[in-house]
Parts: sequence; C-alpha cells; structure tokens
Amino acid sequence: MLGFLVRRLAQAIIVILGVVLIVFILSQLIPGGECKAVLGPKATIANCSHFNKLNGFNLPVWDQFYHYVLGLLQGNLGYSYKFNQGVTAVIMERLPKTLVLVGTATAVALIIAIPLGILQVVKRNKPSDYILTALSFIFYAMPAFLLGTLLIIWLAFDANIFPVSPPGDASAWAVFTDPRAFVLPVVTLCALTIASFSRYMRSSMMDALAEDYVRTARAKGASNRRVLYGHALRNALIPILTLLGLSLPAIVSGAVITEDVFNYPGMGQLTVYAASNSDIPLVLGTTLVATVATVVGSLLADILYAVADPRIRFGGS
Amino acid sequence: MTTPLDRFEHNPVLGTEGAHTAVPIGLGEAIVPLLPEDTVPVGPGPEGGESTSSGGLGIQILRVFVENKLAVVGALVVIAIVLFCFAGPSVYHTNQANQQAALLNPENAGPGAGHPLGTDQTGFDILGRLMYGGQTSLIVGFASAGVATVVGVLYGALAGFFGGWIDALMMRIVDVLLSIPVLFMLIALVTIFRASESLLIFVIAFVSWLIPARLIRGETLSLRVREYVQAVRVMGGSRRRIVGRHIIPNAIGTIVVFATFQIADSILLLAALGFLGFGVPAPQTDWGTMLSNGADAAGNGWWWQIYPAGIAIVLVVVAFNFVGDALRDALEVRLQRR
Repeated sequence: MLGFLVRRLAQAIIVILGVVLIVFILSQLIPGGECKAVLGPKATIANCSHFNKLNGFNLPVWDQFYHYVLGLLQGNLGYSYKFNQGVTAVIMERLPKTLVLVGTATAVALIIAIPLGILQVVKRNKPSDYILTALSFIFYAMPAFLLGTLLIIWLAFDANIFPVSPPGDASAWAVFTDPRAFVLPVVTLCALTIASFSRYMRSSMMDALAEDYVRTARAKGASNRRVLYGHALRNALIPILTLLGLSLPAIVSGAVITEDVFNYPGMGQLTVYAASNSDIPLVLGTTLVATVATVVGSLLADILYAVADPRIRFGGS
Repeated sequence: MTTPLDRFEHNPVLGTEGAHTAVPIGLGEAIVPLLPEDTVPVGPGPEGGESTSSGGLGIQILRVFVENKLAVVGALVVIAIVLFCFAGPSVYHTNQANQQAALLNPENAGPGAGHPLGTDQTGFDILGRLMYGGQTSLIVGFASAGVATVVGVLYGALAGFFGGWIDALMMRIVDVLLSIPVLFMLIALVTIFRASESLLIFVIAFVSWLIPARLIRGETLSLRVREYVQAVRVMGGSRRRIVGRHIIPNAIGTIVVFATFQIADSILLLAALGFLGFGVPAPQTDWGTMLSNGADAAGNGWWWQIYPAGIAIVLVVVAFNFVGDALRDALEVRLQRR
C-alpha cells in the first residue's frame, strides 16, 4: 500500500507541476502581452515598457518563470487589476464557498446514487428499473445550465418554493443558515452526477453478482440478502471511489455553471466575472487553484480507494 | 464484455493512468452510453446469423444500424435539424444581421402574427434566430469535433508509434491537460484570445483532443500484440507500416464513434460558453447565448426566449448520442463477426 501511495502522490505532484507550467505558458500567450490587457489597447510603447519593467515582464522568459514559481511557493498568484488586490486574497474569499457547494453536491450524489443503483439491481428488469433508467437518461441529456434555469423558473418564480439565489454573505457557512436557498444549486450540480453514478453502481453491482465469489457464497447457502449486501455491494462500491476521483474535474466544471446560474459567489462565478472584465491574472489564478483542488480531491479519492481495497491494502505493489 | 469505446473504461489502480474516457459529470455532457448490458440489443436480427454474412462489411454495418430504431430516429432528427438551420432561412426570411433594423420590431413580443416564436430583447425574430444560431452551433460542433479527432488520433498514434519515454512524456502532457477542469480551461482561453466563431472551434478542439489521443494510443498498444500485427513484424514490416496500414485502419471504428459523440459534446461546450456570456459576438448568436439572454429575464415569463433554444440543444445532443450509440454497437458486431 505504501508503494501505491508514494507512486500516486508523485503522480499528483507531477501533474500539479505540469499545470503550473501550462498556466505560465498561457500567461505568455496574451496577444500584445499583459500590458495591453491591463492598460488597454491604446497604451503607448513607452507606457508598456514602463509597465513591463515595473512588473518584471521585460526579463527573459526563464527568469519570469523562476519568479512565478517562487511567487507561487510564497502563495503569491499575481495581482488582480479589477479588484485592485492580490489574486490569492480574492480567491481565498471565494474558494471555501465552492468547496462547500462541490462537497455537498458530491455527498448528496453519493448518498442518493448508491441506494438507487442497488434498488435497480434488486428490482432489475422490473418497471421501477426501467423508470429509473429512463430518468437517468433524461438527466444525462440535460445540461446543467438548462436544468438550473428551468428549476429557477418552475420552483423559484412560478411555484415560489425556493429563493432564486442563495445569500451572498462572505462566510462559506452562510448557505447553511438558509438551507432552502441551497437546495436548487445542489440539485442542479448533482443531478447529472446521480444519473451517471447510479448507472455505474447498477452495472458494477451486476458485474459483482456474476463473480465466482458470489456463486461460492450462494453455494454455501448464504441468503440473497447476505449475498447482495455482504458480498456484492462491498465489492461494487470500490470502483465508485475511482469514478469519484475521475469525475471531480467535471463536477468542478459544473460548479462554474451552477454558480453562474444561481449567482452563487464562489470560484466559478469569480472566474466568469474576471473573464468578462479581461482580468487575466485572476482567471489564470482561479484556473490554477481549481485544478490543484481537483487534483488533491482525486488524490484523496484514490487514497480512500487504496484503504478500501484489501488487494492494495495488503498487497506489495 | 467490453465495447470498443466504453466511455467508462477505467483503470482501478491509477486514476489518470488508464484509458478512461470522458466522465460526463457537471457540464451536462450528455454521454449516455456506459452500460454494455443496457445497450439496445443488436443481435443477428430476424433473418438469422447465416444470412447476415451476405453483402459487404458496409452493408452489414448499415443493417445493424438500421435495426436500431433509436439510431434511425436520431439520424432523422439530425438531418431535420441541419435542414432547419441551413435550408430554413431560404424559406423563412428574417433579418438576423442588422441590429438597427431589428430594433424597429417590438421587443420581447410573444408568439403571434409575423413572429411565430416571438421576438428577443433586441427585436430579432426568435424562429429565425434559432436557425441562425443553430448554424453557428452546428458548424462549431462539427468543425471542432473534426479538428479534435484528427489531432487526437495523430497524437495518440505517434505516442504509440514511438513508445518508450517519448510515449510516457506525451501521455503525461495529456494527463496534465485532462486534470484541468474543462470550463476553467475554456474560459481562460477565450479571455486570452478574444472569441470569434473560428477561434471557438479551435478553443473547443483544444480541450477535446485529449480523449481520442488516449483512446488511439491504448488501441495502438492493444493492437500491437495481435497475431496479424506480429505476423507483419515477423515478415519484416516497418513500424511505420504497422501503424499506418494495420493499426489506424483497425482503430477506425473507435475513431468514428468518438467523433460522433464529440459533436454532441462540442455543441454542449459551445452552449455552456455561450450561456456564460463567452459565445460568438453579437449580432451573431448560438443556442447557448440565446438561452442565456432568455434566462437573464427568467422572471418575466417570456418562455419563448428560453424553451426553443433549450429544446434545440437537448434534441441535437440526444440525437447525436443515439447515433453514436448505434454506431458503436454496429461496429462492435462487426468485430465479433470477424
């Protein structure tokens, strides 16, 4: 297991270094340089050379990269021209909100999807299985931005059951003071996850039921219940952890849409706001932070996987 | 039972190492097919196993495809939408380019005489705008899926061709790019390079070539050990010949199926960008931008600004997924019969 963890950690570090490099390359690709992006297209050459000198953009690319990495190690992600403060400070204010949203949606998705998948296996090829299958196919085809918009129109404006958008307080926990306002964003973000996870859970469980150890358990006289929950379920849950790790980048992408639809003040909304104001350092900062958070999340899911799977827990390599 | 393109293939040990494909969470990428046992049954068909072996390979594939009713519906819907968007404007004439002239129309008018689906915030006719925006969505969808497929196939085949540390390096680059959440990458790219229709094609292709690269590289590695490839090697065939004449042609099924699903995904990515306000610049439009404009006034009850664009997006995405699903089944049957 130690070998697995070390390899997996090394891989995560390599990916993060690669992402840092890519974000730096993107910052170098701005047409006309960062100067035109900040000072506007009418900036004179003298303006720009002064700006570049001030910010160290006149240095050779390798020096700039060195300073960029050095800054990152000190938690310095650059300067947001729109907010007139450090990118790190702006992001830190919003990051917890996105973590709460993504965390809640993922937890809700797992809590709903796993029993749904089991239910479909227990009732396989019966009407309820077909209905759930049809429902999950509908939610697959439903983009988050459409689902969110429809939920707002139907449940917030027409039926008046839920508020249109969650409270915009600074604290990440503000959403829990008015849980009703948090329902629609979470539903929007986890609908597709539930659809895909429950389908995956269903097939994973079906696969497990076809395994030799299930046949052995049945031969020993284990009850249907014991076979289902004692043998099949425990083995079927393991691939779900892998799927969770793999799904995180997409869930974080979904959070961008959800936050935009519901005006939820997290990282995604910040990114959209920064992008519409051409605040490139802020956009690149949120991209880097969101990616690192995603990589760390996937790493955690894989560690859980290693803990859950005895073949890795007790295995050598 | 594995399919040539099981979109949930995964390596249970190393998340980013295996040949896992798209994980369709969050964005609404409508990636339906993941369950082999649930795919629409495409057995030998009523005429029995023997008679199906008559006719060429293309006929066989076509037959399996046509047997799948959902696929036929999907293909018909795709054709209908393409006709609607590209031939529609020559039947139903509307002004979609001149913003000044559009302002003379009543704004936000409901469906009625002259405007079957009403007008939008700036007076453009919605039915006409649906055709006009659909052109953008379809062109960007097809073009970026094409670019992504070609780049991905070449990249993956090259990685498989070289092998060794070059392969390792090339695939680590793919790993890194895949770990960046798609929408963040897209937003960063459209912020740096201002959005235009042709640029959006490349931006969307840039986040989409990674999956085919992985698929083709995996396919290359698995085909390499097949008997017929070993036979070519024994006979002294060069690696270039093996990849070009034997491996890529055998991966064509995977490539075609991927490209079909990718059109749906690209249309969705463009719609998502449009919804966030980073679609094509006005007076051009796309379905996502139309939906976004309608959603801004969601409280006003102007349903004609929301439902047509929303339905169009879902319809085209589902249709392409049905077609892709059936293609995969058809090509898989071909593999089994070989």
